[in-house]
Amino acid sequence: MFHWLEKNPFFFAVGVFLTIAFAGAVTILPNFAQSAQPIKGLKPYTVLQLAGRGVYIKDNCLSCHSQLIRPFKAETDRYGQYSLSGEYAYDRPFLWGSRRIGPDLHRVGNYRTPDWHANHMWEPTSVVPGSVMPAYKHQFTNIADVETAYAEAVTVKTAFNVPYGDDIKPGRAAFDAYFKAKALPAAMKIAKQMKNKDLIAKVKAGKIPEVVALVAYLERLK
Amino acid sequence: MQSNAAMEYDYSIVKLYMWTTVIFGIVGMLIGVIIASQLAWPQLNYWLGEYGTFSRLRPIHTNVVVYGFMISGIFVGFYYSAQRVLKVSMGESKLLMTLGYLQFFLYLIAASGLVISEGMGITTSKEYAQMEWPLDILIVVIWVLWGVIMFGLIGMRREKALYISMWYYVATFLGVAMLYLFNNMEVPTQLLSGGLGAWYHSVSMYAGTNDAMVQWWWGHNAVAFVFTVPIIALIYYYLPKESGQAVFSYKLSLLSFWGLMFIYLWAGGHHLLWSTVPDWVQTMASIFSVILILPSWGSAINMLLTMKGEWNQLTDNPLIKFMVLASTFYMLSTLEGPIQAVKSVNAIAHFTDWIPGHVHDGVLGWVAFMVFATLMHSAPRVFKREIYSKSLLEAQFWIQTVAVVLYFTSMWIAGITQGMMWRAVDEYGNLMYSFIDTVNVLHPYWVIRAVGGTLYFIGLLMFAWNFFMTATAGRKLETEPQFRSPMA
Repeated sequence: MFHWLEKNPFFFAVGVFLTIAFAGAVTILPNFAQSAQPIKGLKPYTVLQLAGRGVYIKDNCLSCHSQLIRPFKAETDRYGQYSLSGEYAYDRPFLWGSRRIGPDLHRVGNYRTPDWHANHMWEPTSVVPGSVMPAYKHQFTNIADVETAYAEAVTVKTAFNVPYGDDIKPGRAAFDAYFKAKALPAAMKIAKQMKNKDLIAKVKAGKIPEVVALVAYLERLK
Repeated sequence: MQSNAAMEYDYSIVKLYMWTTVIFGIVGMLIGVIIASQLAWPQLNYWLGEYGTFSRLRPIHTNVVVYGFMISGIFVGFYYSAQRVLKVSMGESKLLMTLGYLQFFLYLIAASGLVISEGMGITTSKEYAQMEWPLDILIVVIWVLWGVIMFGLIGMRREKALYISMWYYVATFLGVAMLYLFNNMEVPTQLLSGGLGAWYHSVSMYAGTNDAMVQWWWGHNAVAFVFTVPIIALIYYYLPKESGQAVFSYKLSLLSFWGLMFIYLWAGGHHLLWSTVPDWVQTMASIFSVILILPSWGSAINMLLTMKGEWNQLTDNPLIKFMVLASTFYMLSTLEGPIQAVKSVNAIAHFTDWIPGHVHDGVLGWVAFMVFATLMHSAPRVFKREIYSKSLLEAQFWIQTVAVVLYFTSMWIAGITQGMMWRAVDEYGNLMYSFIDTVNVLHPYWVIRAVGGTLYFIGLLMFAWNFFMTATAGRKLETEPQFRSPMA
């Protein structure tokens, strides 16, 4: 049979494809629907939190931080309750990471405060002596892309039935209204908790710095 | 194997990919040296503002070496060896030549687009699949072009039976195509939002645990179909050619090929042990990872035994040295991977430096060594010149071998140290170390790793120089060498 396959490239390719394709189908499909279920009471990310998630992805925090607490005592002692599948139901993409050069962040909102983050992102060694993490000062001046985050919320609401309210809908007018009524006040609350005058002034002027959105996201991780 | 003296082959596309192999190799590995040094000396993060941090540079490093250096090297091997084992020249078909040039230029655009967009922080965040949807589409086009060229050459072939290398090229094409398409299913966010936000942004079709499953089905099997399958295609062609020895066993080739195809795709879940994916998936992944030793070692042993009775070549031919050590590192790496995939070992190894250590003994020792051998064996036939310097090649071999050993030994120690410290408890059952203690203890190993990386990079520069001089100033050859590559 193999000699014959080697002389008939089309059937050879079909044979290879079938051999490699079915493993994926067998392992991914059976639990697909179940793995997509959220745990009870899970709320989708707010637009500000999504924008912060965008900053987390843009600066690629997952190079060094995981968001997956494994079911070992050493991990639950250090980071809290081990992670459950349903907690990730609104994570597109997932951000588990693959290397912990820094600690896990899946429940960082439980034990760090916005003003701790403000100091940490500005100068990590000021709160963690010996830290190898670089300072992310540019996040204090760059403005977060809230509009793209809003577009993402509209997309997942429409395409995947993520349960957002009626204020998340297509179009610029809807975004502008949402930005003024929801995103800015939420950002102001975070900026005040971060105790940083520059950040408060920027939000007051209608601009949300990246670090404010990022901290809104980190506060959500509980 | 028959003599190829009667046929003339067209190497114009081979030459183009040769240069991109060298250039992307230098860029990608230089960034690797920089980020390794940043861990040892964090103040190096600030040389380029927000664009120079470890977190931004790391995916650029991985993508440039994988999709720049390795894929270029694989295309060199493909465009060179496929013509020869099929006994057909690219030059016989105008259409295929045009498609070949088109594929190369689209590849250049995609590679530059990748570097620029990642530098700007435009990324899907998925490892080895960071490209946003416009680049994804471009990559699909490039891949389809490659498939058309491959099957075009196969259609025109004079040699009826497909040689072993062709099996692996066909598998590479199909495997990457399938995995890439499924893993990059995404919805552009402007589509449904009335044109709001960034045009290049998209959101994944899968969420959470499912997203992780699909991503590591891809992530692991990208390792299979980029770091393994096409590299085996290279060694099955280049080792017998350079040594003048017939492949040791046809049956072993069959067993290894079909075994690898069947088993590899199950193993992706070993990146997700102890995570929230279903237990049975984790167990399957773990078991299949261990079984994977068989076909992996099958290929490696088949290659090593091909040298039976001709081991003297190892002492006086540096290209044989590169290839024999490559198969040895392949054996090491494919034993190490299954060990890490055992659940109890993985509990310590996961999230530590042992994982990048494992990747690097595979890619530096196996993939890159094969790419070097591929370029250097092809160069005298492509440029019709002698290899510029044998002693430079020898020196490169030893420097890089020492470099790889420094790299993986330091990462092994670093990984196991950190993994053990994370779980260490005192007599009352309290955690003994704060997280930062487990980071600071790694400093000496990170220094050793940076030194290893620098040495490897120096070896690469020696290679680049040697290759450049071979192409431009090597002594002219009148007849094509049949087996052993001539070198001064």
